Amino acid sequence: MTWSYLPHTVEDRAEMLAAIGVKDSMDLYADVPDSIRLQRPLALGEPLSESEVAGYFQKLAAANANLQEYACFLGAGAYDHFIPSTVAHVLGRSEFYTAYTQYQPEISQGYLQALWEYQSMICEITGMSVANASLYDGATAMAEAALLSCHVTRRNEIVIARSVHPNYRTVLSTYAKDFGFVVKEVDYTDGVTALDALAKVISKNTGAVIIQNPNFFGSLEDLSELIAKTHEVGALFTAVSDPTALGILEAPGKYGADIVVGEGQPLGLAINFGGPYLGFMASTKKLMRKLPGRIIGETVDKNGKRGFVLTLQAREQHIRRDKATSNICSNEALCALAATVYLATVGKEGYTEIASQCLQKAHYAQQALAAKGLKRTFTTPFFQEFVIKLSGNIAEINKKLLAQGIIGGLDLGQYYPELAGNMLLCVTENRTKEQIDTLVAGLGAQA
Amino acid sequence: MILEKQPLIFELGKPGRKAVDLPKLDVPEADNLVPVKYARTQKAALPELSQLELMRHYTQLSNRNFGVDTGFYPLGSCTMKYNPKINEDISRYPGLSLLHPLQATETVQGALEILYKCEQALAEISGMKAVTMQPAAGAHGELTGLKLIRAYHRDRNDLARTKVIVPDSAHGTNPASAAVCGMEAVEIKSEADGSIDLAALKAAVGPDTAALMLTNPSTLGLFENKIEAIAKIVHDAGGLLYYDGANSNAIMGIVRPGDMGFDVVHLNLHKTFSTPHGGGGPGSGPVGVKEDLVKFLPNPRVQCNAGVYSWITSEKSIGKMQAFHGNFGIIIRAYAYILSMGGEGLRRSSEDAVLNANYCKKMLEEAYDSPFDRFCMHECVLTSLKQKPYGIHTLDIAKRLLDYGYHPPTIYFPLIVEEAIMIEPTESESKETLDGFIDAMKKIAEEAATTPELVHNAPHNTIVSRLDETLAARNPVVKWEAQ
Repeated sequence: MTWSYLPHTVEDRAEMLAAIGVKDSMDLYADVPDSIRLQRPLALGEPLSESEVAGYFQKLAAANANLQEYACFLGAGAYDHFIPSTVAHVLGRSEFYTAYTQYQPEISQGYLQALWEYQSMICEITGMSVANASLYDGATAMAEAALLSCHVTRRNEIVIARSVHPNYRTVLSTYAKDFGFVVKEVDYTDGVTALDALAKVISKNTGAVIIQNPNFFGSLEDLSELIAKTHEVGALFTAVSDPTALGILEAPGKYGADIVVGEGQPLGLAINFGGPYLGFMASTKKLMRKLPGRIIGETVDKNGKRGFVLTLQAREQHIRRDKATSNICSNEALCALAATVYLATVGKEGYTEIASQCLQKAHYAQQALAAKGLKRTFTTPFFQEFVIKLSGNIAEINKKLLAQGIIGGLDLGQYYPELAGNMLLCVTENRTKEQIDTLVAGLGAQA
Repeated sequence: MILEKQPLIFELGKPGRKAVDLPKLDVPEADNLVPVKYARTQKAALPELSQLELMRHYTQLSNRNFGVDTGFYPLGSCTMKYNPKINEDISRYPGLSLLHPLQATETVQGALEILYKCEQALAEISGMKAVTMQPAAGAHGELTGLKLIRAYHRDRNDLARTKVIVPDSAHGTNPASAAVCGMEAVEIKSEADGSIDLAALKAAVGPDTAALMLTNPSTLGLFENKIEAIAKIVHDAGGLLYYDGANSNAIMGIVRPGDMGFDVVHLNLHKTFSTPHGGGGPGSGPVGVKEDLVKFLPNPRVQCNAGVYSWITSEKSIGKMQAFHGNFGIIIRAYAYILSMGGEGLRRSSEDAVLNANYCKKMLEEAYDSPFDRFCMHECVLTSLKQKPYGIHTLDIAKRLLDYGYHPPTIYFPLIVEEAIMIEPTESESKETLDGFIDAMKKIAEEAATTPELVHNAPHNTIVSRLDETLAARNPVVKWEAQ
């Protein structure tokens, strides 16, 4: 049996074994005790050829309802946005995707420059002074921000709005629990976090305050006043931002946020059944040396020529070892590259235009549903997602929509018992008027 | 052609240019949808380039980068094996890449089958009962695994177990993961060959031991042959064994962590299972556990009933390690690789990886100091001690390799070997490639003796020479400043 991924011929192996001075490649495993060796072949089946593997996955792919065939109105942290063709073409260059981390800067200048440009663009859209070169996803970026805040303030309470993505809150609890940090939640009023509700929960023990904007319900939070209130007790404020929405919403840095994190998937990454995604993280200059993950810095070579290197590595796990406050090593570099190609492609004007179209189309859909008698649950301003109350069973309604080529919204009852019967809908710029009208007709029939 | 200088993307293009045409808004436009106090006051200063300018920029950047497809990449501990192209194609099938993570299960049966079957394959390879696919990277897997171990002890009301024993030869992520899990890393000294000092281990274990974290083969590329005795010491003391799977490429189909006595294992799909490293991710670090820990795995998990896949959750779960189901796009590639190789091919891969490392070790042990007189596993550790008298260090040798067109091996790791050079060729490389690399290494050893300045000032042929890292750290310039 031979494999295209294994180059050795029978003669190659024989020559190499002879050079080493052994007869059989198993002689090289002399250190492995017999008592623990696997005495049978791995039960993984016969090897498949390239076309057989492709055929197998084509069959599995056909068993799924994909977003090319179905119009998706499901958001909730993963979004069907337009992806320019340039992204796949740049990511497909194997000088990028088959490389390791840039430990040898002389032969990694291309990637280092691209990641430095990524950091610059993230700072631009968030209004912050420094960004790292990526974390795993939005949820883990948020958890890292919370841990960082508690470590810096030497406090042990994390206050988070209930209007933050429920899965993000679960990840936060999972991360915070083993540090003994206490997570307190602030309830929502009319779909947003009220200032007095936050004021009641925060105290001098609060290290981190976390607000998502637009929040899980799609509504816009009043970051300016929430940040001011947070700073009154000396806590650090983390904004969880949707990078698409920042095309038209004020940069959190302008309001005085200490840390801005979020899910970078809307920036040119396929929706991919949930991953790989991109956690972005930006902060004030003051927190730069506390940030987790990799940071690229500009420098010069010995001839004075501009170049880029991994920098501030004294923060990182391979130096700090047991003193580390984050253990991240491999991150999501290629996804960061996708995001930077995306942002450069849509450019200054396109970035605003896409956000504006999401806003417009979502409001068109909401108005049309309201006209059919399907009112919004909350009245606060929203971006591209909104909540409506339905009378029927949501799973059943979504089944009917599926038959019309539509993936309907999220059943909020699974996450918020008090919102049973409510559906979270998302309308991105990728939805056409025709698709929206079909959704409205389908849901309208339920009213 | 590689240009001498490549401007920043912000220095290219001009106002009014664009790299993509967007559709016109097809619904009636409404005003004042965003209250003024929430509206952006200044547009982000993003680039304005034509599509060609943009493509040339990134093509130039790619030309200034080195990947496995560019050339030999023997980076120890990183398993830079070939990344099969069909796996890239498959991961981009619309039926696999254009799925929303919260779709109803009846609309994603194919995706769930991939997760389920890949889990089962990894359980078979590692000798574990069940696997979670959520962790996004190796270090994320370590954190997940330690959380599972904490949950296990807590569930038994064994609350004093907060210490994690880590040998001093371990990857830096091991002690860091323990710290991030709120536990205390206890470092024990290794024997000179990187193996566990049984007396030191016995002295370290006790009623506060949560786990021992171990890489086997060790970071020195040597198999820990006392593993059964080690497992017994830790288990007798009430602790669990954690397997850092970074070096699994040596052992597939030959010996399994589960059979060595490990209770929790992480595997790096971006090392052992051929998925691309992406320049530092996305990776994937699935975690396998023995029966007693299954109920603590992150939520949700896939189950299969009569051919129908669905999600299940466990009340005792540690929670969630990512917003959704892990790096699915990477998992697809790894599963495609496993299917292409079959059990026999995976075993052959490990045998060839070990053969290649031993061949490099043998052919280089005259020119370079080779501190361990044993067969190595998938990687070998040499040092530059023979070059030291000429004032040449490991870093110089690494930089000189760049001039010969090779990515250098891992250097100065493991920490317990002075001036370490850690070579991991992987099974992907042919004898001709290895011979070329061996020749270059021998030539550099010769240069070190005859023309040390040539080596000391390397690299000479790269787009930039050695960079001032001190300046970068002292005066950090980490973003572009708009004028």
